[in-house]
Amino acid sequence: MRALLWRDLRLAVRAGGGFGLGLAFFLIVTVLVPFAVGPQTGRLASIAPGILWLGALLACLLSLDRIFALDFEDGSLDLLATAPLPLEGVVAVKALAHWFTTGLPLVAAAPALGVLLSLPGPGFFWLFLSLLIGTPALSVIGAFGAALTVGLKRGGLLMSLLVLPLYVPTLIFGAEAARRGAEGLAVETPLMLLGGISAGALALLPFASAAVLRVSLR
Amino acid sequence: MMLELRDVSVARGGVPVLDGVGLVLGPGEAMVLRGPNGSGKTTLLRAVSGLQPVLAGEVSGAERVAYSGHADGLKANLSVAENLAFWAAAFGTRGIEAAMEAYALAPLSDRWAGNLSAGQKRRLGLARMLVTGRPVWVLDEPTVSLDAASVALFAAAVRGHLGAGGAALIATHIDLGLSEARVLDVAAHRAMAPLPGSDEAFL
Repeated sequence: MRALLWRDLRLAVRAGGGFGLGLAFFLIVTVLVPFAVGPQTGRLASIAPGILWLGALLACLLSLDRIFALDFEDGSLDLLATAPLPLEGVVAVKALAHWFTTGLPLVAAAPALGVLLSLPGPGFFWLFLSLLIGTPALSVIGAFGAALTVGLKRGGLLMSLLVLPLYVPTLIFGAEAARRGAEGLAVETPLMLLGGISAGALALLPFASAAVLRVSLR
Repeated sequence: MMLELRDVSVARGGVPVLDGVGLVLGPGEAMVLRGPNGSGKTTLLRAVSGLQPVLAGEVSGAERVAYSGHADGLKANLSVAENLAFWAAAFGTRGIEAAMEAYALAPLSDRWAGNLSAGQKRRLGLARMLVTGRPVWVLDEPTVSLDAASVALFAAAVRGHLGAGGAALIATHIDLGLSEARVLDVAAHRAMAPLPGSDEAFL
């Protein structure tokens, strides 16, 4: 398991591994938004939490199809399925590697990019915390979508369509927590619901993804 | 008994291809599968490895199988040694030197797998079988793109594996020089074409 995590992380940071793709996309979105909506601080501040959450979600979506497609193409997935590792564990580790290479950099970068959108002072911590709690759900749900479409050529479009509705609850509660934090309101309820979504996704979806992968490998 | 198939039927894409295949492999035994292209050798080997379910019959010993398919499962951005070390770790064994030695990969150890020739990649893929530590090797066309010297290395590795009490099931078209291996021609087990009018595939 640890070997698989190391291998995925190493592959991600080596040439052509796709590390930084999501981060670059996130950066581009947040840099361009002030140009598109105008520089009024009040308007930017009110939309900043939502824009940052949406940017992080789309950046996450961008790199999802790499989770299984590359391993499927070069035959590694067949070999992993015959290895003594449980397939559920393989899925969980690969989702974790995706979170380390995509979700975690987004969480770290979001407060810095919040400055560009004049996010109000109290919002920085809550944005950071809500992303930290919510992005694991994005990776695990995304791994499920990637597992569903792994056998399809150019399955990226279908995967986006399948995954986006599943992302909606995470986005609603994540952005709500960040918004309420920025406006100085109580954030407990959306944060708890966000944590619940993450915990539920982490607990259940690896099993669903592994079942789907077994069907895809036939 | 290492691997036993009893009356196994397999299907590919919903179409039955092989019917009533039975075989028994004991320690130190090898079997070569023969049959024309499309006769179902790959499908049978995937079923034996547990990658796809059988239509009927029973496979026992799938958990002892190390599978090698058409693709070698190599990562282009990892070195030869890193690729092999990963599979050793995934199968819970350690020590890749013997496998590197057996396929003359030691001089390539630090090269990226993406920069290897087709034959070298295949050798690395076959070396993976040695680090799995599994007693039954299931190999699908293992000698594709290997030169004569590499085929000899492969035959020596298989013979060493059999000598150590392992077993091997190999689908191949060429003569590996494994005189002790039994031959199973899968063409004899071709599944009967479904009756016209049967729309089972749509159910």
